[in-house]
Amino acid sequence: MTGQAILSARGLTRDFRGFRAVDTVDLDVAPDSVHALVGPNGAGKTTLFNLLTGFLRPTDGRIELAGRDVTGLPPEQVARLGVARSFQITSLFPQLSAREHVELALQSPSGLGWQFWRSAKLMRRYADRAAELLDMVGLAELADAPAEALAYGRKRALELAIALALDPKVLLLDEPTAGMGLEDVDRTVDLIGRIRAGRTVVMVEHNMSVVGRLADTVTVLQAGRVLVEGPYEQVRADERVITAYLGAADAAH
Amino acid sequence: MSETSTVQPAESPAAAVPRSALGAVGAAPGWVRYALLLVGLAVALWLPNGLYPAIAVDILCWALFAVAIDLLLGFTGLMSFGHAAFWGTSAYATGLVAIHAGVPFPVAVLAGALVAAVLAVPIGYLAVKRTGIYFAMVTLAFAQMIYYIANKWGSVTGGENGLQSVPRELFGLDLSDEYYFYYAALPIVILGLAAAWRIVHSPFGRVLVGIRDNPARARALGYPVHRYKLTAFVLSAFLAGLGGGLFVMGHRFVSLDALHWTTSGKAVIVVVLGGIGTLWGGVLGAAILVRLEDWLSYSGFETIGLVTGGIFVLVVLLFRRGIWGSVAALAQRWRVRRR
Repeated sequence: MTGQAILSARGLTRDFRGFRAVDTVDLDVAPDSVHALVGPNGAGKTTLFNLLTGFLRPTDGRIELAGRDVTGLPPEQVARLGVARSFQITSLFPQLSAREHVELALQSPSGLGWQFWRSAKLMRRYADRAAELLDMVGLAELADAPAEALAYGRKRALELAIALALDPKVLLLDEPTAGMGLEDVDRTVDLIGRIRAGRTVVMVEHNMSVVGRLADTVTVLQAGRVLVEGPYEQVRADERVITAYLGAADAAH
Repeated sequence: MSETSTVQPAESPAAAVPRSALGAVGAAPGWVRYALLLVGLAVALWLPNGLYPAIAVDILCWALFAVAIDLLLGFTGLMSFGHAAFWGTSAYATGLVAIHAGVPFPVAVLAGALVAAVLAVPIGYLAVKRTGIYFAMVTLAFAQMIYYIANKWGSVTGGENGLQSVPRELFGLDLSDEYYFYYAALPIVILGLAAAWRIVHSPFGRVLVGIRDNPARARALGYPVHRYKLTAFVLSAFLAGLGGGLFVMGHRFVSLDALHWTTSGKAVIVVVLGGIGTLWGGVLGAAILVRLEDWLSYSGFETIGLVTGGIFVLVVLLFRRGIWGSVAALAQRWRVRRR
């Protein structure tokens, strides 16, 4: 199975001072699929994301990207190898414009970023592609607005645009619709549906209707472990999943 | 090596200071920028006629130092509290090269700045792994180490006496008069300031601003944040070294003061006074602080630190954008209202 998977984890484990946030997780993400990670709060979804993108080092286990061992690589190298991510809490450069964000992402693989002796006007070579990407996520009109001035849904859209600008093989989206109104959720689902062509998307998502509309495979995590994995319909009907969610809901009350 | 678990926004001392991404003048229309440039050049050419030439030279040196600090503080989000290490190391290196090699003074200054830049590689390598107050403490600790080394290594540095009667050579020209030395030093300073401007307005500078505002996001975009910070640190040390080398040439002696932590502190005060993240604010801050200190000591005032410290507190409490930043913000508001 590892041979076919574009991104896979074996026995992935991460401890935080005695607390095991991710516990011997095996994961295989098939190429060109949309793979959703779901589970109650504290199930370890975001920690798993941070492990897969190099923001955290695993305590134990192994991560492979297209058959290559990427365990323990720093985030910038993981990004260079074609794994782009968005953040659960919108993570932008507040004072840069939307266009500058996308240009910065487009510039990243080129090495132009090291050239402190040349004019930043050289970054205009990315202007056309940046405009295309901003148009794709519906930000064409707001290209020159500083990120901090954008409404919440627009910031999420910009997150997507800069992740796409890296032209990743694997796109990891951490709760892409979190905190959005219905209209923005629909727009985001449409967008993900369009950009998935030719790439692999792994997403953490709480909204089960979004998962149902997009995901080919669903992995349910609970207390850091994989509870169930399979197609959406099958996972939704699984007794253990229902118990896990209801149990979490009970605990919350 | 990289145990970075931070996916939170940056913790940086500059983050709390409101400013535009590329310096306050970046937002101004083109004609304003050219006018300011011309005014700045005119003032620079006139300066030694209106002030004691020795003070004018000091202002040039501190302007370079301040801009070097702002490159880190304002544009990379790193607060160095040990830049005296680079200013002072270059001062000693410049003095030693001038004394022992007898080269033209710009060559000695350049050599000093290069030594400072080389010293910045190991110090920066260890420091950029920390952020915020810890970065400041690491840089301070290294600067104190350099200070004590210079103090103990008397056979080379002259110890408490420092290096005396540093020659000021330029192809046999008579530069003994500070007035003429000012004009010999000015081109080097202008080149240094232009280099800083270029760095800030380069693709590299754009990455630095991204790192300043959100290092985790910059890494997720594929930028090796530590290496960028280290490069910025070395460039900053080079510019600080240019200032330190010229300072020695201006005074024709080096003392341990050049490496003292109060020198690092003064440089930070100059930048805060002028405006963090404005680049030219540092030049303005240098002019004001150097002039003020000179006036105070000329008036027989004993506790200069009390006054500069008081001004620092006032600026931090009342004008966090500094002088340049506050004026630019006012101009911006005026333009917006007029529309």
